[in-house]
Amino acid sequence: MNTLINDIEPYTTMQGDLDVQKIRLDFPVLNQLVNGKPLIYLDNAATTQKPKQVIDSIVNYYQFANANIHRGIHTLAERATAEYEATRKSLSTFINSPSPEQVIFTRGTTESINLVAFTYGKSVLKLGDEILVSALEHHSNLVPWLMIAKETGAVVKIIPMNDEGELLIEEYQKMLSEKVKIVAINHVSNSLGTINPVKQMIAMAHGVGAVVVVDGAQSVSHLDIDVQDLDADFYALSSHKFYGPTGIGALYGKRALLENMPPYQGGGEMIKDVFYNSFTVNELPYKFEAGTPNIADTVALKAAIDYIQRISKVKIRDHENVLLAHATKLLSEIDGLKIIGQAKEKVSVLSFVIDGVHHQDIGILLDQEGIAVRTGHHCTQPLMERCGIAGTTRASFAMYNTLEEINQLQWGLTKVLKMLR
Amino acid sequence: MGIDKSIKNVEVKVLETIKEIQDQIISDFELFDEWDEKYAYIIEMGKKLAPMPEHFKVNENKIKGCQSTVWLASEVQDGRLVYYADSDAVIVKGLVSLLIKVFSNHKANEIIANEPYFIDKIGMQQHLSMTRSNGLAAMVKQMKMYAIAFQS
Ligand SMILES: Cc1ncc(COP(=O)(O)O)c(C=O)c1O
Repeated sequence: MNTLINDIEPYTTMQGDLDVQKIRLDFPVLNQLVNGKPLIYLDNAATTQKPKQVIDSIVNYYQFANANIHRGIHTLAERATAEYEATRKSLSTFINSPSPEQVIFTRGTTESINLVAFTYGKSVLKLGDEILVSALEHHSNLVPWLMIAKETGAVVKIIPMNDEGELLIEEYQKMLSEKVKIVAINHVSNSLGTINPVKQMIAMAHGVGAVVVVDGAQSVSHLDIDVQDLDADFYALSSHKFYGPTGIGALYGKRALLENMPPYQGGGEMIKDVFYNSFTVNELPYKFEAGTPNIADTVALKAAIDYIQRISKVKIRDHENVLLAHATKLLSEIDGLKIIGQAKEKVSVLSFVIDGVHHQDIGILLDQEGIAVRTGHHCTQPLMERCGIAGTTRASFAMYNTLEEINQLQWGLTKVLKMLR
Repeated sequence: MGIDKSIKNVEVKVLETIKEIQDQIISDFELFDEWDEKYAYIIEMGKKLAPMPEHFKVNENKIKGCQSTVWLASEVQDGRLVYYADSDAVIVKGLVSLLIKVFSNHKANEIIANEPYFIDKIGMQQHLSMTRSNGLAAMVKQMKMYAIAFQS
């Protein structure tokens, strides 16, 4: 974590190498009053805001290129197809997939994980097989496994964590056996911000022949993703968590796995030939992309990737680390406040509880000051139970947040606590 | 003349109507200029809400939302419904206590016939939200359900 925080003038606009004020001009939504106060958007782990480059891309697509893709031979159809496939290439490079065909477009992380569970999972799991799921998982990376376990007779087992929110790797080692067929873990926890040692965990799983599904919903906006270096079997992500549109995401998979999996949904696009009594399946990636996809948002996702790359992930990460350190320091000074999730490796997510005060009350009152945070269980109910709490207040930071906004958060919290106590 | 005077002095205890109580709340809230005064008042109401008898705190009386839990129960006293509530979150509790102030001690048909328009008027409509499964709308519905159940 960055220790230079005390040397940083909180009101400067240049933070690290990032010109945050310039970046903010690209995000029109940030420039508004909420309840009469300038909006302070600290709910980035739920979804990030979109730069105007992304918004323009959607508008442009509908104004100049809209057509159904892949099947048409007219100019617009070719233009739309080219733009759609350009995003696949761009995303493929972005996560260092060996080829674009291994990047399957889905609605997002949730659909990607369900796809794996109900195709790969359904075809390999047998009675008594084990699926290891970490204690940190979002419901999206737990419920599909519970569902497929019920259907196949497999058992879901939970990889435990310590009180800081770090997975217990030694326990995980002990749980690994020939019975384990699938390991499902997130790269980054949405509730606590923990960065899990997925590379190491994947290697360990491969030692017993298990396949690893990584939930990358929270990691792509913060970390450099290299699916080959991680040796991930599957990697799921959502565009809306890294400055792209909602309704689009992807599943990366190893070629051999994807080729051997049965299709997910049936319909147009996923077939090669259809007869009244049978069909043949199309090649990757189309095999898993039945029906007309969300073309406009897919096209605009490329604008988000371009935007991030132009700014540079390293600079974004450095900036976010400064924000996290500043927020951790300021909020720790608040009487009775306890940070939930103190892993050594964290992204810019700060979850906390305050003695004797309900998170919902904090959320409602901060909103009156124009400060958007998330309160509740963050779709990780079992994790909250593990932590012995009903929920937290969570502030999560993105590239456009400033130290001044964090000062405002501290000021807001202090005011709100005075009202509630 | 003497008779007139004595009539004036007789204190006739008239129960306020649901409408009168709502209008009173609305005019109370008109005194507040800032959002924090409004919420401070609601928080105060939440803290002061009469404790709910323990035997009412059972699962059937629980309205579980994704943020907080509300308990809501009623009993009949002299043909009128009396409501009790509790919550782990104080603002919700303050808002329910306003609903109780409005609806409690009224006859079932009055409760069914009246809508809590004061919520909108005091600027708390955001808490009605149907997306919150234990938003005020759910609580109003539950209060009316109790009234309907009693009536039939
Ligand atoms: C860790 C994690 N997994 C999965 C999801 C689900 O993502 P989506 O709703 O985009 O499918 C989220 C989003 O909240 C998340 O944070």
